[in-house]
Amino acid sequence: MPAQPLELILGRQFVDTLSLPAFLVDPEGNLLFYNEPAGVIFGLNFGETGGMRVEEWSTVFTPFDEYGKPIDPEELPLVKTLRNQTPNSGSFYIHSMNGDKIHIKVNSFPIIARPERFLGALALFWKTDP
Amino acid sequence: MMKIRVWGCRGSLPAPGPENNYYGGNTSCVEVTDGETCLILDAGSGIQRLGRFIDPKIKEIHILLTHLHIDHTMGMGFFLPLYNPSVKVHFWGPSSSVTPLLLRLRRYFSPPFFPVRLADLPNHPEIHELAFNDFSIGEFQIHSEYVCHPGPTLGFRVRLGKKTFAYIPDHEVRLGSTHFPTNPEWTSGFELANKVDLLFHDGGYTVPEYEQKLGWGHSAVEDTLDFATLCQVKHLAIFHHEPNNTDAQLESIFADSMKGKDLGFEVELCREGAEYFL
Ligand SMILES: [Zn+2]
Ligand SMILES: [Zn+2]
Repeated sequence: MPAQPLELILGRQFVDTLSLPAFLVDPEGNLLFYNEPAGVIFGLNFGETGGMRVEEWSTVFTPFDEYGKPIDPEELPLVKTLRNQTPNSGSFYIHSMNGDKIHIKVNSFPIIARPERFLGALALFWKTDP
Repeated sequence: MMKIRVWGCRGSLPAPGPENNYYGGNTSCVEVTDGETCLILDAGSGIQRLGRFIDPKIKEIHILLTHLHIDHTMGMGFFLPLYNPSVKVHFWGPSSSVTPLLLRLRRYFSPPFFPVRLADLPNHPEIHELAFNDFSIGEFQIHSEYVCHPGPTLGFRVRLGKKTFAYIPDHEVRLGSTHFPTNPEWTSGFELANKVDLLFHDGGYTVPEYEQKLGWGHSAVEDTLDFATLCQVKHLAIFHHEPNNTDAQLESIFADSMKGKDLGFEVELCREGAEYFL
């Protein structure tokens, strides 16, 4: 497997040090890395799963709105960031690993390296009250 | 054949003096030639001597700057071929997010750093910006990419025929790399050095020194040995010697770092004046 570009290597190293849940994805939306706090929310462990292809992790990550209706993936902040290469934010519900309904806020940022190379995106999560 | 000659391998500051004669005191400058195709990797103080002894048949010179830290650029204005109207010089260097390379080079070629401006040279050098690129110069095929070091900093992988040489003089390999040294996909610089015939790599510190200088952009000798092992290089020359270390101190740091290691590839401290043929 070829090595990742430096910006993603540093991005992973950075979010690995955070207690804020975070996802790192490539331009196609494949999940390259998620840190331990993100793993806790989704009941996953990066050491066990490794990176996940987009079709794989979209089955694990199934956000829904206040009425329980699944959210169109195209409307998710991270998906918008990948499409438009712009920052986005949003909030929705997910089920935590023990089945609780939790409300989270997401901020996603494009990773645009020098000079203007789009390499993927970073999503940071906050568990909040609705 | 790729001919590599070291004109400077000291880090940070020139360190002339009798106690440093063997490894040399000039800062980063490496000449890579194939017939009349001439690459110069970095323009540290070593480039001044190179300019005096360069083959006069060479009429086009490509200076590839890994980055613009002063120890890699301080020799630029003292490179005599820049003042020779029959020689064309190209500068290649890292793109930054904001300022074009031309403007960053002009900062050097202006008072108070240097009295001669770029526009005053007989031929204005041609400027080429690099990031993650593959390009060729003569028969050389070159790959550049950013590595972990403060400010935009490149490493180069140079190929001629089947032979490869990687040059990563300033690189803090441990800082950016997850699970170092076992995870090539997440190791800064891996692609540049993977299975090369010869690697020049930053290795100025002892492990305790590195712990004091975390984030400064350089590597401990032991991390360099681990990186070279991970990349399965055939030959490693440790580069960017600390200006405070004498020949004897460099050798003792090297000997300590090698204790108990069976590496399976050739390794030595890089030395000014050394030549390699690939
Ligand atoms: Zn340096
Ligand atoms: Zn430097």
